[in-house]
Amino acid sequence: MRGLSRGGREMGRITYETVIGLEVHAQLLTRSKIFCGCPVSYGAEPNTHVCPVCLGLPGALPVLNREAVSMAIEMGLATHCRVASESVFARKNYFYPDCPKNYQISMYDKPLCEDGYVEIDMDGDIRKIGLERIHLEDDAGKLIHDAAGVSLVDFNRCGVPLIEIVSRPDMRSPEEATGYLVRLRQILRYLEICDGNMEEGSLRCDVNISLRPEGDEVLGTKTEIKNLNSFKAIEMGIRFEIDRQREVLEGGGEISQVTNLWDADEKRLVMMRSKEYAHDYRYFPEPDLLPLHVDDSRIEEIRGRIPELALDRERRFRKDYGLSPYDAGVLCAEQRIADYFEKVASLTDNAKTSSNWIMREVMEELKSTGGSIEDFLVGPEHLAALIELVQTDVISGAAGREVFKEMAKRGEEAEVVLDRLGLRQISEGGELDRFIDEVLAEHPAEVERFRNGEGKLLGFFVGQVMKKSGGKANPKKTGDMIRERLSG
Amino acid sequence: MIDLTELSIQGLQEELASDRARPTDVVGSYLEKIERRDGAVKAFLEVFGSEAMERAAALEKEGRRDRPLYGVPVAVKDNICTRGFPTTCASRILENYRPPYNATVVERLLDAGAVVIGKTNLDEFAMGSSTENSAYAVTRNPWNLECAPGGSSGGSAAAVAARLAPVALGSDTGGSIRQPAAFCGVVGLKGTYGRVSRYGLVAFASSLDQIGPITRTVEDCAAVMEAIAGHDPHDATSIPGPPPALARESVGDISDLRVAMPSRLGEWDLESSVREATEGAFEALREADIRPETVDLPDVDASIACYYVLANAEASSNLARYDGVKYGLRVPSDSLGAMYERTRGIGFGEEVKRRILLGTYVLSSGYYEAYYAKAQQVKAKICDEFARIFELHDLILLPTAPTPAFRIGEKVDDPIAMYLSDIFTTPANIAGLPAISIPAGISGEGLPVGLQLIAGAGGEAALLRGARFLERVLRFNERFALDAGPLEGGA
Repeated sequence: MRGLSRGGREMGRITYETVIGLEVHAQLLTRSKIFCGCPVSYGAEPNTHVCPVCLGLPGALPVLNREAVSMAIEMGLATHCRVASESVFARKNYFYPDCPKNYQISMYDKPLCEDGYVEIDMDGDIRKIGLERIHLEDDAGKLIHDAAGVSLVDFNRCGVPLIEIVSRPDMRSPEEATGYLVRLRQILRYLEICDGNMEEGSLRCDVNISLRPEGDEVLGTKTEIKNLNSFKAIEMGIRFEIDRQREVLEGGGEISQVTNLWDADEKRLVMMRSKEYAHDYRYFPEPDLLPLHVDDSRIEEIRGRIPELALDRERRFRKDYGLSPYDAGVLCAEQRIADYFEKVASLTDNAKTSSNWIMREVMEELKSTGGSIEDFLVGPEHLAALIELVQTDVISGAAGREVFKEMAKRGEEAEVVLDRLGLRQISEGGELDRFIDEVLAEHPAEVERFRNGEGKLLGFFVGQVMKKSGGKANPKKTGDMIRERLSG
Repeated sequence: MIDLTELSIQGLQEELASDRARPTDVVGSYLEKIERRDGAVKAFLEVFGSEAMERAAALEKEGRRDRPLYGVPVAVKDNICTRGFPTTCASRILENYRPPYNATVVERLLDAGAVVIGKTNLDEFAMGSSTENSAYAVTRNPWNLECAPGGSSGGSAAAVAARLAPVALGSDTGGSIRQPAAFCGVVGLKGTYGRVSRYGLVAFASSLDQIGPITRTVEDCAAVMEAIAGHDPHDATSIPGPPPALARESVGDISDLRVAMPSRLGEWDLESSVREATEGAFEALREADIRPETVDLPDVDASIACYYVLANAEASSNLARYDGVKYGLRVPSDSLGAMYERTRGIGFGEEVKRRILLGTYVLSSGYYEAYYAKAQQVKAKICDEFARIFELHDLILLPTAPTPAFRIGEKVDDPIAMYLSDIFTTPANIAGLPAISIPAGISGEGLPVGLQLIAGAGGEAALLRGARFLERVLRFNERFALDAGPLEGGA
């Protein structure tokens, strides 16, 4: 794949550079729809969250939701865009049954945010992917085609606020495209303005792709892929389209401007329409809404509530906690996990150990139960207490993991579980001495071999003691004591 | 007992307050008159007889007689949504459509104690100047049944003129309240853009549409306007803040008003009765020691061209929703595209289709700059020119239309001639200014002639004050009376 997108002329053949731009639609987590008071929610009974406005009934008028504007501005600021002091809603006219007015209220030549960028990290290289614009618009309803050939429309989604985030054609490989989308999704989630759920369609992605001979300045003819509803689909769809275009170009053909749909079941691209059928959307300023004015004080107020975003946080975690780029990336992927980590790390004063516990035990537990960190029964202070018990040899690491599972299941504190299961580690005193005596007495041959230099048998003795103690013996202490005993 | 249908709102209120009449008597009198006369006039598409009587009876039980329109029957143009009652826009495509909500103006009328008695005829989707473009009925001018009542609010104007309602609501996109008011010898007011909520007015051209009252007197007009005006959170284009207290502020001396006279008045192609009425009004002003000053109005020909580009562009988008998918007419077909085409092909009339085509054309890629964008520039220039005039003047006095009512069928095949009957009314829509038409005289054929006053933005009070003065000195209602004979089948 690399040779495809990078490289130069090889053996006299033209190599092509891939150029990718993304149009991402994100549903905003406002309480109500963008132009009416209907609630925004996923999965309600069809056509229950509707009113004259979002149904586009004759005479109904849109009124702009202020919260949606604030969220869009927040995204613009988080992606280094310039926020327009005046932006203008426009009607995009097209006929489709999921669009009750037969026009979408969007923004055209005066979008809300322009000229930003998103930083992505490609194997340690920071790349800036430019953003052309971010604008607000209303979502359409959903068509349901039943087996009898009848089509039904559910208008619940109609009027849900969307932001459309249009990148510049700055990506050069499928990996960069998904890397960009991962970052974009992360920003949306950090800002808590979109849940980023691609399967449910709250985050949607259309891809524009073109190839050009390596070194050319002029962009090739682009094609579009729609309906890409997972990261996997995006990567596959882009690869398919790159291969297809390269074949056409290498065969001396020309790329025609088409729109392809990704068929997720068949894992293939299906041509939807060609340029001859391109819409003339007849954009014009929406007369039912006044131009949107945003003053500096509002922009500053919104800027003030933007949290530290993932990329900055990762950098800080690496610097302040000495974490690896990988660990910092995993912990910062979700804001709440990163928050959780920081609390545990500050309580234990041991970032590396805290990070290991969270990345292994906590994240595994969440993954296997499908739970979220917000509802997780082991609070950061409880995990910190558990880590403390392991660090001070009150219990072994193995016992600690067992205790953790109980804590996650029952919501009990570590000490409670410890006592209930009798897992307190034996580190000293007669009990440990007795176990060691017994083990050494039971294995005289091994004792002899150890004394003759087979030091690796220490592990065997420790294992036997652990067995006898039911896992409660402190392995380090046990080893020390056995070595001491046999060295005499 | 006096004829309640001859009374102004003020007169009705006095009868009701003194218990000489009850709301059921008022509504009953009007329903009876509709029964007798509307067969000839055909002002109404639908009369809510029993519902109106029930509402009147309920009002009597409620009391609260101090409400400004207590017991006053109102006819509503059929492009204004009435919950549970047909709202057809005089179009096949909305045949049997009943909205699930009331327009804000209807809610406000009901809050003020009014009784909605029915829905009036109009040009389909308010597109026209004669009410001949209705899919359901041809409304006749009560002054001469051979003549058109004007349009598009022809049903509302004819209803008020024929005493079928004391008050009617119309909508005015390019003159659709004022021109039929002039043709029918009644008063019609369009407020500043945003003065009256458009929520529930089925959109024709959103940036130009305004609902307003049609009444017999300027005083009534002020009272109704005050009841329906004011900020509406459902309409983003409605003017913020409380509306002016028009009923009170429209009363008084006009010696402070600076009235302007169009410099090109002499060049305009006006029918003689229109010219005489206009000159008569200027003469009356001079006699009252108000000296009209001459001003250059924005070019009316440019206005009308600009109007037909902008209005049709918006209409082509506003009317896209009538597609057979959700409500109204659906002509089933074997594909979605064919269903759209047949539904819209059969559901819309000729004039509506013409305007959708024109509007689609001017917004199309490659033509947008030459038409829509250019028209927006013309609009900005017109707004500017008016703003400059209203820095020095309070009112402009000019004709409402170049002629009195024309004959039914006379212009129906000549859209351009029809469009030109709006030549003096469209400028106020383009600039979003308040304007009123009042009856000022009568033509040789016995048809009413209207006069128009335009004020600066927010100048409704001055507008109504000027109109009341002219109404008093011109004495139209005293000098001329409609011959109701033909309406009731008489000679």
